[in-house]
Amino acid sequence: MNAPVPGALTSSLLYLDGVSVSFDGFKAIRSLSLTIEPGEMRAIIGPNGAGKTTMMDIITGKTRPDEGTVMFGGSVDLTRLDEAAIANLGIGRKFQKPTVFDFHTIEDNILLALKSKRTVLKTLFWQTESVQQKRIDEILGIIKLADKRERLAGSLSHGQKQWLEIGMLLAQDPKLLLVDEPAAGMTDGETAQTAVLLKEIARDHSVIVVEHDMGFIRELGVKVTVLHEGSVLAEGPLDQVSANERVVEVYLGR
Amino acid sequence: MITRFLLSNMDKRGYAFLAIVAAIGLLVPLANLLMPAGSPFHVSTATMSLWGKYLCYALLAISLDLVWGYCGILSLGHGAFFALGGYAMGMYLMRQIGSRGVYGNPVLPDFMVFLNWQELPWYWYGFSSFPFVMLMVLLVPGLLAFVFGWFAFRSRVTGVYLSIITQALTYALLLAFFRNDMGFGGNNGLTDFKDIVGFNVQAQGTRAALFAMTCTMLIAGFLLARGIVTSKLGKVVIAIRDAESRTRFLGYRVDRFKLFVFTVSACMAGVAGALYVPQVGIINPSEFAPANSIETVIWVAVGGRGSLVGAALGAVVVNWAKTMFTSGFMAPYWLFALGALFVFVTLFMPKGILGTVQGWWEKRRKPEALPAAEPAPAE
Amino acid sequence: MRILPSLLRMLALAMTLAFAPAVALAQSGDDAFARLNADSFSDTARAIDILVQSAHPNAAVIIEALADGRLLAGGGAVAVKTKEGGFLDAKTGQALAAAPAGLNSVRLNNNVRRVIQGALGGLGLINPDPAKRVAAAEAVFRARDVSVLPVLEAAIAKESNDRARRALREAQAAILIVKTDAPPFDRIAAVDVLRERGDQDALATLRALPGDATPGLKEAQARAISEIEGKLALWRAGQNLWYGLSLGSVLLLAAIGLAITFGVMGVINMAHGEMVMLGAYTTFVVQELIRAHAPYLFDWSLAIALPAAFIVAGAVGIAIERGVIRFLYGRPLETLLATWGISLILQQAVRTAFGPTNREVGAPSFMSGAFELGGLAITWNRLWIIVFAALVFLALLAILKLTPMGLQMRAVTQNRRMASAMGIRTGRIDALTFGLGSGIAGLAGVALSQIDNVSPNLGQSYIIDSFMVVVFGGVGNLWGTLISAMSLGVANKLLEPYAGAVLGKIALLVFIILFIQKRPRGLFALKGRAVEA
Repeated sequence: MNAPVPGALTSSLLYLDGVSVSFDGFKAIRSLSLTIEPGEMRAIIGPNGAGKTTMMDIITGKTRPDEGTVMFGGSVDLTRLDEAAIANLGIGRKFQKPTVFDFHTIEDNILLALKSKRTVLKTLFWQTESVQQKRIDEILGIIKLADKRERLAGSLSHGQKQWLEIGMLLAQDPKLLLVDEPAAGMTDGETAQTAVLLKEIARDHSVIVVEHDMGFIRELGVKVTVLHEGSVLAEGPLDQVSANERVVEVYLGR
Repeated sequence: MITRFLLSNMDKRGYAFLAIVAAIGLLVPLANLLMPAGSPFHVSTATMSLWGKYLCYALLAISLDLVWGYCGILSLGHGAFFALGGYAMGMYLMRQIGSRGVYGNPVLPDFMVFLNWQELPWYWYGFSSFPFVMLMVLLVPGLLAFVFGWFAFRSRVTGVYLSIITQALTYALLLAFFRNDMGFGGNNGLTDFKDIVGFNVQAQGTRAALFAMTCTMLIAGFLLARGIVTSKLGKVVIAIRDAESRTRFLGYRVDRFKLFVFTVSACMAGVAGALYVPQVGIINPSEFAPANSIETVIWVAVGGRGSLVGAALGAVVVNWAKTMFTSGFMAPYWLFALGALFVFVTLFMPKGILGTVQGWWEKRRKPEALPAAEPAPAE
Repeated sequence: MRILPSLLRMLALAMTLAFAPAVALAQSGDDAFARLNADSFSDTARAIDILVQSAHPNAAVIIEALADGRLLAGGGAVAVKTKEGGFLDAKTGQALAAAPAGLNSVRLNNNVRRVIQGALGGLGLINPDPAKRVAAAEAVFRARDVSVLPVLEAAIAKESNDRARRALREAQAAILIVKTDAPPFDRIAAVDVLRERGDQDALATLRALPGDATPGLKEAQARAISEIEGKLALWRAGQNLWYGLSLGSVLLLAAIGLAITFGVMGVINMAHGEMVMLGAYTTFVVQELIRAHAPYLFDWSLAIALPAAFIVAGAVGIAIERGVIRFLYGRPLETLLATWGISLILQQAVRTAFGPTNREVGAPSFMSGAFELGGLAITWNRLWIIVFAALVFLALLAILKLTPMGLQMRAVTQNRRMASAMGIRTGRIDALTFGLGSGIAGLAGVALSQIDNVSPNLGQSYIIDSFMVVVFGGVGNLWGTLISAMSLGVANKLLEPYAGAVLGKIALLVFIILFIQKRPRGLFALKGRAVEA
């Protein structure tokens, strides 16, 4: 389903090349290049300030790069689009701090995320069809919140909110998921379950995971990219990366 | 589909509100027209018009609640939309005076004759036709809101910045309408109305009909607002209020949703203003005063923002209290009371009367955890 | 340089005129008294000319009395009734024992009054005080009385003071303009003199050129008029610029406290205008106390009111912060509503205490009056307010940059949690910041009491403008506030002549509304991720 678009400039799903951005003189990203293949799951690690969140901001349209190319699906220039347009292209994002709609029920949170036409009129006269209701129920089952569906999202625990947010990503059914520290603040048990969930998602979606937790990344068992001072320091399987001298120096510690 | 849109998800409180407004709209005019003046069931025309005014304010409050309570846009300029609706109606009523004015000019309103104007300005054309005016009552505030909102929401002006520029908007209109050369009667505004659709605007029967009409429009406004906030669009709008950028990342064009709600709300405010003018008998530039718009905000806050019934209730309660206060020996202290109300409600009753009462009620019934968070600050 | 020879010629002419007639006219002094008896306006006017030209020793007394209606004539006698009620013989100046019988006041009409004005000017031309001579020359300039010309020319010949001589020459030129029988060459030279004077009066005088003038003269006149008009337009623009700076400094004073509370604390203080009002009322109270107990201190009243206003407004500000606002941090819209409520309460409190009408705040001597700078009229109060605004701005900048409190304030602005973690008592800083912002509003109130009505509504009229200034300038940036206040002030005053006061203001409001959409964070906004919070 992630077959390259005809006439595409690249076969990669996501293609970043020579991207730079600075805030008031501070270079948050410097000529960053990165490609994600269709169906791939990639872990991104790096110390604080390495530019992980800024990179996600650029991909999702929150921040415009000063220079560089950001292509999606081979032919769409993401730097020209705003957040909503990028989301509708099929890029979903989970924030570092879980952000759900506190004053909506869990079910409504999923409903809002559910893939559908996002126009004003369509939402005004919206009727949930049975296929859609089934999908909502299914997702609620996956994130294990089916029995709490009527509760307000604001009343959930931190871990449950993380899951709800992952559920919302599932409902969006994006081609590419950006997941920022999904295991932050979770118990070990929850972390393990989250890893299982992500692996399941990765079977039919491309995923970028930003994470600090090495154990979690090992559990995912995917290719790792190390960011440092806004550009790529190393790339490869976790074992190979963690053996890299420079990576050990700037990040993992001796 | 429309019925289902308007009535789906109606809760008990909504039905109670509808029933009460419908009953008032039916019984008060009857009590005014049929009961003899001495009867304890008689409602004087003055009282009826006073309550008609409150109900116009209630509609204005609902329109503001739609944008503030549900979408998190604190408009400090909603009085402007109300006043524009009012001016549209006022212009119609001026044209109905015909040659009965002081100067007896069949076309020009008195103030234009006084200013030595020779002909009707082009923007007064058409205002002698009632259907045209009905359209303008919706269109003028709606168009202003649309243009203003289109600029503001697209450039992502939010929070207090938006509040301040809405205030600047109504302030600019205030200054403009004070000018004589604008052609809206300047300082004195529009007044001395005679007829509305052929009926004497002062007559008891007309007043009763206006009152019933106000109740009808309040019901219609409530149903429309209710339909909007309970639809999926309503959920999106609440999502925007609570986490705007998250909503954007879900693929919703936040600016368009805001623009829709803001424009609909401005139209409702315009209708409220149009009903207000014939019952009060005058419209002048002071309706644009920023203080009026902020007062509207406090009605909503008192009643309970994020609840349409609450907003309407707040408008009626505060204005009733104002009448009580300012008609007695306490009159000079009304501003103390109003000021204290602002402080008290924001500090101690952030959910307003309705929210607070509901909170107690729910605590007694099921003390389990609800979200501890306050109504989320917009931005 | 071209005009020098003609001036010399005029001078020579004046000298011959000045000495020649003195003897000839001396004996005709009696003629004047006969004419004053004639009860005819034209004779009275002629009599005045004779008195002046014959340099009669009592001329000044007689003409002043005539102007006041105290000159009596009848049966050949002329008497002056003194201001004290006694009588003098007009001719000799001797006191008369009793009121002379059968005398009536000499009547006046407008022509006679004009002649009197010129004559009094002519008499003043020989006053020993140069300033008086200048004033007299100005009077002659306005009266344009041809009969004064000889005296004027005599005076020019004797004049040694440069300023007075210039004034006398201008007066002479004014007369030559209307004197149709003067040599055309002199009249063209006169046009040049007026062109050099170049003010509104010169313009009016040039326009009074009679229609019979020669083409050369007319051309010179037209050139001079267009040159003066161009110059005046430039001065008018300068004057508007000055008004703009003045308005800008007022806006700066009103907005700068708001820039602090809004910029540093993110608090929308709708009661800010009322802090300004409290400052103004403090000035009123201080002046009342001084009037009652120590009137000799009146010129110091504003200096005394400044600290008082700072303390009063600052204390009220701190009370508001501690009592209300601190419970509402992070909820800016609620803060806006609560402070609006407070503003209503403060307005009503002042209305109850001082009444709803305007209160009179006096101006100390150094703030009243005006002076001219080229073509600019500059009032002292506006000038002092600009100076004061600049001082307040610099002082505030110094507080923020140089004091430990300023450092802590900036720390709290940038990262409240971090500042708190480093041991800064953010609550105390908040209160002090708010107090500082409010106190500065109080200072603004002292200044505004000098140029605006001190009424309970004073603050209301500034609050929207102040917000516009802060928002336009960019929040959290004092220099932005300065530039914003000045540019809005100047733009407002430059627009006024074209659009009128109200439309100009509306245009600015619309401009700011559009501007905020383009740059939602103002002119000088902070950038980057830190702002998003």
